[in-house]
Amino acid sequence: MATDAGAIPAAAHSAAPPHPLVEFWRYFRQNKGALAGLGVIIFLGLVAIFADVLAPHPPAEQFRDALLRPPVWQDGGTWRFVLGTDDIGRDILSRLTHGARVSMAVGVFVIALGLLVGVVLGLTAGFFSGPVDIAIMRAMDTLLAMPALLLAIVVVAILGPGLFNAMLAVSVVVLPGFARLTRAAVLTELSKDYVTAARMTGARLPRLMFITVLPNCLAPLIVQATLGFSTAILDTAALGFLGLGAQPPTPEWGTMLSDALQFIQRAWWVVTLPGAAILLTVLAFNLMGDGLRDALDPKLKR
Amino acid sequence: MALLEIKNLSVAFATHGGEVRAVEGVDLTVDEGQVLGIVGESGSGKSVSSLAVMGLVAANGRVTADRMSFAGHDLMKLGPRQRRGITGRDVAMIFQEPMTSLNPCFTVGFQLTEGLRTHLGGSRQELRRRAVELLDQVGIPDPDTRLGAFPHQLSGGMCQRVMIAMAIACNPRLLIADEPTTALDVTIQRQILELLLDLQRKRGMALILITHNMGVVAETAHRVAVMYAGQVVEERPAAELFRHPRHPYTAALLEALPERSAGQRRLPAIPGMVPGLGDRPEGCLFNPRCGRVRDVCRAARPPLLPTDGGAVRCLLPLGAA
Amino acid sequence: MVAALAPKTGAAGDVVIEAVDLKRHYDIRRGLFRGHATVRAVDGISFVLAAGRTLAIVGESGSGKSTLARVVTLIEPPSGGTLKLMGREPFSGDATAQRELRRAVQMVFQDPYGSLNPRRKVGAILEEPLIINTPMKAAERRKRALAMLAAVNLRPEHYNRYPHMFSGGQRQRIAIARALMLNPRLVVADEPVSALDISIQAQVLNLMMDLQEQFNLAYLFISHDLSVVRHIANDVLVMYLGRPVEHGPKELLFTQPRHPYTMALLAATPRVDPGQRIDPQIVKGELPSPLNPPKGCAFHTRCPFAQDRCKVDVPALRTVDGRLTACHFAEQIAG
Repeated sequence: MATDAGAIPAAAHSAAPPHPLVEFWRYFRQNKGALAGLGVIIFLGLVAIFADVLAPHPPAEQFRDALLRPPVWQDGGTWRFVLGTDDIGRDILSRLTHGARVSMAVGVFVIALGLLVGVVLGLTAGFFSGPVDIAIMRAMDTLLAMPALLLAIVVVAILGPGLFNAMLAVSVVVLPGFARLTRAAVLTELSKDYVTAARMTGARLPRLMFITVLPNCLAPLIVQATLGFSTAILDTAALGFLGLGAQPPTPEWGTMLSDALQFIQRAWWVVTLPGAAILLTVLAFNLMGDGLRDALDPKLKR
Repeated sequence: MALLEIKNLSVAFATHGGEVRAVEGVDLTVDEGQVLGIVGESGSGKSVSSLAVMGLVAANGRVTADRMSFAGHDLMKLGPRQRRGITGRDVAMIFQEPMTSLNPCFTVGFQLTEGLRTHLGGSRQELRRRAVELLDQVGIPDPDTRLGAFPHQLSGGMCQRVMIAMAIACNPRLLIADEPTTALDVTIQRQILELLLDLQRKRGMALILITHNMGVVAETAHRVAVMYAGQVVEERPAAELFRHPRHPYTAALLEALPERSAGQRRLPAIPGMVPGLGDRPEGCLFNPRCGRVRDVCRAARPPLLPTDGGAVRCLLPLGAA
Repeated sequence: MVAALAPKTGAAGDVVIEAVDLKRHYDIRRGLFRGHATVRAVDGISFVLAAGRTLAIVGESGSGKSTLARVVTLIEPPSGGTLKLMGREPFSGDATAQRELRRAVQMVFQDPYGSLNPRRKVGAILEEPLIINTPMKAAERRKRALAMLAAVNLRPEHYNRYPHMFSGGQRQRIAIARALMLNPRLVVADEPVSALDISIQAQVLNLMMDLQEQFNLAYLFISHDLSVVRHIANDVLVMYLGRPVEHGPKELLFTQPRHPYTMALLAATPRVDPGQRIDPQIVKGELPSPLNPPKGCAFHTRCPFAQDRCKVDVPALRTVDGRLTACHFAEQIAG
């Protein structure tokens, strides 16, 4: 932060350690994979935001004269449909571009919801030992005991198929991870003297939970959120593939994949390209998550 | 004859901000059967120096020395394996945190006999008998049953005794104790110090005692080296150094002890802070905090100059004629 | 035990805190089949402390001195006995009174690295007590924080920095400044200088003594370092396994200890000056488990003067030679 750097008088404190963010960036920068992941994520984010401008065609528009047109570099491809078209003549590039928007939105929503509920549950469990703690953590254990996708399918089966319900279902899947992580971090922080000091100044529970303790638990949560982003995208795509997630004609990558499955022999691009988009996104988030973990976890620092 | 002789030892670490020197031009000599105390505040390089002797400096550290010899072997010329052969058997080390120096997964007996087996060999019964004997020597009551104890079942003082037993298992000629009593209570500290001195006298071992506690050094050491910001600033016989310190830093440090200013309301504190690794001052390292500073002190690092019974790194030492 | 028995040492000011027969016991579950055990972490401690005075609590780890600090700072309620702050009982059930009294007691911790919230700037750390307890405006709070920074010899530009940018000694100054933000009457200092280097330790001790004079503070100074205690304290209370063993004016305890444990602590403290050394009668063994303290006098297992009587009778705290001591043979063992 510029304000801090400016406040340090050169003479007295040339050896003052760098700001945490500066130090974080130093460690993060060393991990080339994480940097690449960050680059891809920024690119996808920009694509998602400017999808309307970038996409050459509306995602649902059907070009009846160009069914299953191959990409531009293959025989029969045209610059009009750079990555080809699908079985009902929709431009794949446009659908992928808009699909990025859907996937990013899914990731943000799922993580935000999972994080919010998970952090509140974890904080509550950490601060209130005894029955409250046991009740919350056993509930989380129950959720963790079920296979992730199965759990999501169960939730969707109850709520009914659709993109929004799929996102809710995936939130439930990622929730226990956040709750457990928060509780563990809270328990570590609660034993530190600064929490006792805050208690002694008369800080009440909400202040202790959210202002004193929570900011110090963020590092592992940020890592988990980044890694959870890929889980969210992948699981939502899986639900879409199974027909339980986004419904056609929403340009969701998993749904695109399942719709085009029957053409895998004839037109490889309708299946491969959405699959590659999912792969690339998930890989990028995982790489960045690993980099964040290395940079934020003091135990791994050299 | 000098058992350990170090001339002009420097240890530098590569960091993001370039190379920093943790230890700079340290000369140390330990004779057989001698107790050398190394005192200094945190960041003075006292622990790094001993790690350099053991060849245990972290991977990003670079150790240089004009001479580093142990019992006639030049340690700088030996390969890591030969060096371990010497330092592993004849030099032993104990650390500050007795609880974390022992592996929590294994019993005391297992960890003790493991060291014995690699260095001495022998049958199981023999090793066990020797382990019991060692625990007995370090004053652990009921050593037979303690062999089966895990480290978490022992107190800090007991763990430190086990560490000492492991250290003396191979009859070392030099024992390096790095803050061996800092984590312990005073009565236990006293017991451990007496034990170390007792073992040292009985075995004729040399002992290097590294600590920040002036009282501990004053009561145990024959010679004392005072370190400040990576340099030895004064190295003299203990009794004389504590009675008539020559270096202004030694003098100021002694003055700052509450023990020395009974009846006074304010302690004569040393102003400022110990310089960090990256912001060592020009000239004498102590000059920004020194009450006797002159212009010459700011010009160049003073060399280690001989004085009565030892050496002092000061151009204007106290008590000089 | 009655508080009136506590030695009167020229009370200079109002009584800030009065503890009578204070107890804090913990129930410990020892595994599935072994039932409960009671740890008497603090067991019958009485003292009176007036404004401007320092009472040192001395003892080894496991003696219960930190538990006593937690009770005195109102973090934990006592299991027995009474505690009065400025004549009022904080644990009487009145939550408002307790909040009010809590402001009057603040604490300085041992570890200057763990006691400051690493995610908040120094200014925010200092102002937090004001935000919680007063209706002060931001500008006013900032003014007070800056004034307090100056009082602990830190510079105004430190206001905008994070704790990790400071050395141990500076952090301890910040911790002291935070403790003083609410104008407390009593500061409980739990080993405040034992993590600091000698030269820094002297600076912080000087600062604490200056501030005591300036704000007429009462200090409850918890330490195992007897030379520091001798410098800063007026009265000393020596604890062993939760119980008081000797309690009286500093000079008396340091020059003529009447309890073998006090003598042992004094003898065990390493000294630079050969003239000040006491022939170390090494105390045998280690602190017994607080789960299973010895019968009779708790110290008898390690005491060089122990007799048969000590194994049976618990010695009462009684006045001997101007101080309170809990030893059957206090008269005989005078050093």
